[in-house]
Amino acid sequence: MSGRTARLAPWLGLTPFIGYLLVFLVVPTVTVIAGAFAEDGRPSLVNIRALFEASDLRLLWSSVLLSATSAVAGAVLGGFLAYLVVTRPATSLFRRVVTAVSGVLAQFGGVPLAFAFTAALTSTGVVTLAVRDAIGLDIYGSGWLYGLRGLILVYTYFQIPLMVIVFLPALEGIRPQWREAAVNLGASTPQYWRQVAGPMLLPGFLGSMLLLFANAFAAYATAAVLVSQGAPILPLAIRGALTSEVVLGQQNRAYALAFEMVVVVAVVMVGYVLLVRRTSRWLR
Amino acid sequence: MSRVAGARSVGWEAFRLLALLSFAVFFAVPLLSMLDFSTRVVGGNGRTGQAWKNLIADETIRSSIVTSLLLALFTVVLMLVLLTPTMIWVRLRVPSASRLVEFLCLLPLTVPPLVIVVGISNVYAWVTYFLGDSALTLTFAYVVLVLPYAYRALDAALASIDVVTLSEAARSLGAGWSTVIARVVLPNIWAGVTSAAFISVALVLGEYTFASLLNFTTLPTVLALLGKSDAPTSVAGSLAALVLGAVLLLLLSFVGRRDRSSKGA
Repeated sequence: MSGRTARLAPWLGLTPFIGYLLVFLVVPTVTVIAGAFAEDGRPSLVNIRALFEASDLRLLWSSVLLSATSAVAGAVLGGFLAYLVVTRPATSLFRRVVTAVSGVLAQFGGVPLAFAFTAALTSTGVVTLAVRDAIGLDIYGSGWLYGLRGLILVYTYFQIPLMVIVFLPALEGIRPQWREAAVNLGASTPQYWRQVAGPMLLPGFLGSMLLLFANAFAAYATAAVLVSQGAPILPLAIRGALTSEVVLGQQNRAYALAFEMVVVVAVVMVGYVLLVRRTSRWLR
Repeated sequence: MSRVAGARSVGWEAFRLLALLSFAVFFAVPLLSMLDFSTRVVGGNGRTGQAWKNLIADETIRSSIVTSLLLALFTVVLMLVLLTPTMIWVRLRVPSASRLVEFLCLLPLTVPPLVIVVGISNVYAWVTYFLGDSALTLTFAYVVLVLPYAYRALDAALASIDVVTLSEAARSLGAGWSTVIARVVLPNIWAGVTSAAFISVALVLGEYTFASLLNFTTLPTVLALLGKSDAPTSVAGSLAALVLGAVLLLLLSFVGRRDRSSKGA
């Protein structure tokens, strides 16, 4: 008995940490999941069923479309940029500046990025005026910036730097010796990429793309500031349900929408972890 | 052979430069637009620094900057107090808990901030009941938010030293557990602690989701509100925030380098 107590005693050292996360992370998450399956304080599938109505499915579709488009564009362009950057040594000022700027734009952007595109592309924006004065073209149009197409542009702007950050380590793991070995065995450059570097990088690339998808799917700040009214995507619909003063009883709808978001992000993140685990076997 | 390779690499260098230039233009245009937008005179020519002066002169903005800085400070302190001893303790005494701690720390990546906000209202009702309705109570939520990033920084630092041997040496010389953690292990992972602190500061200064949906006033929410009434000032504030963030992260990269070189020595 005393032996068991002695073995369990060190676990007590974890109490503050686990207690804190129970209160501020687990309880909110459980609240959302439980609330999604309840109505008026009783278990109910009303709100879950509502997620499959046409209007809510369209909401989900726009969010998936926005996340997928910006993830693919971000992964391709960001992967290419990372490849351009990786040839410089990690301690060079160039690399440092690129990484720092990428970090800011990818993780810190939020509100400022919405204003950056407002300053550039609204009806009195800097770029809009410059293009109009130069070639007489009205690129503002009917306010596409505030719709799905505008969000795709702005999201791609922060997805590219995120791809640079998450994909650089994978690229750095590719050793020059592998290329030398391939060349010594008579491989051409395309052959090297198709049969050595490509297969090595592919899981990491696809994994990063999934991470980008999850990042866009869960992003809130930029869209919330850019689109102040209406809800073209899921996160803004959650805002609508949370802050609605017109329609009562929206709390459980907010829970259900948030639950939908967790499910999508969780599925994508599991895929990400599996793919990254595959890559890390090689890139040590 | 070498001439062919040389010709290819000149072409490649030119292409590389052109591509880098296109990326630079794509990323610079919105940022330079902010600079232009925030300094132009509405309905006239010339430049004005009024929007930038507002950042310091305006009482609301100034107090929100103070709030955000205090939040960053409190978040870093609470995060370090909560996470560092726990992670060292796990490595020393309860290695079987390491997967659980890792899972909990990385969980906020799967449960987005927006979802936590939706579910946290009951918890915050209690927080406000005990601590009052101050924006600084956001600290509690922000610690959860920065957890994955801080965990990675600290975990990398801990992995690079032999915690068990260090602590056994200290213990055999008569040190207690608190001495081992505070005076033996902590100084050895200082670079990881610093980088965890930097990334937390950057994240807290830009956080919008929690602050706006829980109706607290921080720098990002003030800037977002200003966007409707005084666009140039909000654009100026946004640009200042981005530049500040870039400087913070650039400093962070130098902290990381010192760690590597000292390990090599």
